[in-house]
Amino acid sequence: MKLLSLTRRSLLAATAATALALGGFTAADAQTPPGVLVVGQIAEPQALDPHAVTAVNDFRILMNVYDGLVRYASGTLEVEPALATSWEISDDGTVYTFTLREGVSFHDGSPFNAEAVVFNFERMLNDDHPYHDTGPFPLSFFFSSVQSVEALDEMTVQFTLDAPYAPFLSNLAYPTGLIVSPAAVMEHGADFGRNPSGTGPFVFGEWRSNEAVVVTANADYWDGAPALEAVVFRPITDANTRTAEMLAGGIDVMVEVPPVALSEFQGDGFTVHEQAGPHVWFLILNALEGPFADVRVRQAANYAINKEAIVNDVLEGTADVAAGPTPPAFAWAYNDELEPYPYDPDRARALLAEAGVENPEITFYVTEGGSGMLDPVAMGTAIQADLEAVGFDVTIETYEWNTFLGQVNPGLEGKADMAEMAWMTNDPDTLPYLALRTAAWPQEGGFNSGYYSNPEVDALLEEARTATDQDRRAELYRQMQVIVQEDAPWVFVANWVQNAVTNDRVENFQLEPSFFLLLDEVVKN
Amino acid sequence: MTGYILKRLLSAIPVLIGISVIVFLIMAMIPGDPATAILGSYATPENVAALNEDLGLDKPLVQRYFIWLGNMLQGDFGRSFALNRPVLDEVMERFNATLVLAGTAFVLCSVFGIAAGVISAANQYGLADKAITFVVLLGISIPSFFLGMMMILTFAVNLRWFPVSGMWPIFGDRTIWVLIDHLAMPATALAVVATGVVARLSRSAMLEVLRQDFIRTARAKGVHERRVIWGHALRAAMVSIIPVLGIQAGFVLSGAVYIEIVFQWPGVGRMLVDAILRRDILLVQGGVVFVAACYVMFNIIVDVAQSLLDPRIKT
Repeated sequence: MKLLSLTRRSLLAATAATALALGGFTAADAQTPPGVLVVGQIAEPQALDPHAVTAVNDFRILMNVYDGLVRYASGTLEVEPALATSWEISDDGTVYTFTLREGVSFHDGSPFNAEAVVFNFERMLNDDHPYHDTGPFPLSFFFSSVQSVEALDEMTVQFTLDAPYAPFLSNLAYPTGLIVSPAAVMEHGADFGRNPSGTGPFVFGEWRSNEAVVVTANADYWDGAPALEAVVFRPITDANTRTAEMLAGGIDVMVEVPPVALSEFQGDGFTVHEQAGPHVWFLILNALEGPFADVRVRQAANYAINKEAIVNDVLEGTADVAAGPTPPAFAWAYNDELEPYPYDPDRARALLAEAGVENPEITFYVTEGGSGMLDPVAMGTAIQADLEAVGFDVTIETYEWNTFLGQVNPGLEGKADMAEMAWMTNDPDTLPYLALRTAAWPQEGGFNSGYYSNPEVDALLEEARTATDQDRRAELYRQMQVIVQEDAPWVFVANWVQNAVTNDRVENFQLEPSFFLLLDEVVKN
Repeated sequence: MTGYILKRLLSAIPVLIGISVIVFLIMAMIPGDPATAILGSYATPENVAALNEDLGLDKPLVQRYFIWLGNMLQGDFGRSFALNRPVLDEVMERFNATLVLAGTAFVLCSVFGIAAGVISAANQYGLADKAITFVVLLGISIPSFFLGMMMILTFAVNLRWFPVSGMWPIFGDRTIWVLIDHLAMPATALAVVATGVVARLSRSAMLEVLRQDFIRTARAKGVHERRVIWGHALRAAMVSIIPVLGIQAGFVLSGAVYIEIVFQWPGVGRMLVDAILRRDILLVQGGVVFVAACYVMFNIIVDVAQSLLDPRIKT
């Protein structure tokens, strides 16, 4: 008994000591300093070399450190001058001549000029370039049509393409087209990705592994010095923890708020920002074999699925219903007259009866999560229920993202009838060209995993890619959308509305349709 | 003694080679490859093949294994594809963070677990024993990641006593106090289950010892009860408690994976999860071999400590 009382006393003492100690720590508040914006990112960046990375998460940092020759005008997906002040396109659409901005320097002090531009593209595209081994450059095929890049003089650079390629300018505005400092690449070699140097509004400061990437204001920025002193990008992979950090004041901006957490930020003190972007979430249907080889069954699937319920209930309003293969964010190329397939189970049943398959059995590939996939398991389950309600017999097979891509990208033949997929692109050409043409079947190296084929669509897409007149391109894309919607090679489900939350100390924050995060105008009090 | 330690060290070599073969084969056999992970939606068979060649993954399996093993024996663990930096730099940096977290949790679970077990045993079926047993069973039954999330909600979001996540503050100095501030919640969450296990097993080890003759002799001699329990009995019971601690060290090391994700602790567990999802083969392999080597070393230390306490074990 004596022992117990002693222990009790010492336990009490220990508790008191702990409580005192805690009191001492509470002074450390989560408050972040003014002028410094802390951004909660979804993951650690892979590298800060724009040519070496592929993730939107990395692009959010890169777009603030580098500039491209051109960029998207604020709030649009249309190209405007950046490091190039003007350009000329030859009549046949194969030669682009850019006049570069004078007096711009990289953050490391080296000058920006035509030679620097040539170095950038040679490094990516030319296997014999001395710094090609600082790669790999996974998205360099964005510029595969480039035959040569030449410096005509100090401030003029000329790109020669092997064929007219209309998305070229738009690709230059993409992060893969950002211009890096040749001097920094030469100095750091393969470690350039951790020692980045560009011309952008923010200068790279430090990268503390798995804690933060810090960038500071570039007072000499050619487009005006940013209002912030510094930006801190913090990787917080767990969505619950990210939400908790936002609520506790540890971060000022949170991107990709999970739909279920949005209600936490409805009150005062937070602003929820939304912006539809060039994203489409769809189901690939196997048009080669099985029930979906019949267009009526494919249309039946489009009628059977309640897309309104998916975007409103499963995704809590973080997406819009998709009407066709091209997202409305490509305003200039989008066909406004396109109406989404309405939710009409009776129509779906009638189409199935007409096709002579009352209860088609289908295998449905679902992924656990992945870039742009939103909430794929919950969405897949809702889709399964809707399809079964009209007579389909749906078996779901779930795969982890990389495995899923390994199953879907080589084509669905012999394996599945339907698969989830989502794409974010920068030009209306990219997705249909890579995933709807006959020449883009998987065995040809494309992403048409459902083997859709319509010569008319093939011809429209080929012409749209080579037409240099934007109005003509828009017309061709609009025609393509009508045909593809009718042929229903996919079930068109949703266009993601990207969101972000800022606290009340942040002003002038705006999301871009490109899904990039541009912070040079943002103010933090 | 030296011979015994040498023998144990030599026996670790085949274990480590076995681990390297297993982790290599697992990474080679799981579906998906680094090129697909890097290219994402753009992973056409053609792009994947080209990138795999750039990454040196087109060589035959056996050749790749021996290149890797050979480089590793020379201290070169290769470069991480996804992080674009040497594997060893990343692993060392992350392992330090894990060591701080798991080490603290280990100390917590050893001290509190043994104390709780001893108190329970000394008061068998008494009030303290029942109270401790109740708390211990509760602790063992709560999944640590759930406990972690609830702690964040209560102590960081609502009460604002502790920071939500991370190891160091983004701003300000890196003092031991701010480290403890960041460490308090994750280390506690990680230690809870292990503390329960240590407490349960310490209790039974103590009960066994307390029934032995030498305890009765000590009491008969008039030794103070406190010395009987904490001196004579505990020392004897440590022989069976120490192996439990060795196992718990492995447990907190692997349990750190969940805790590191919930609290965004920049440790090796979270690194491995990210690396697996990105199919960052060399980082997974290097990380696993490194962690395994540390665990094997720790076990050798435990065995040596045990043989020091009880010379009969050294056979």
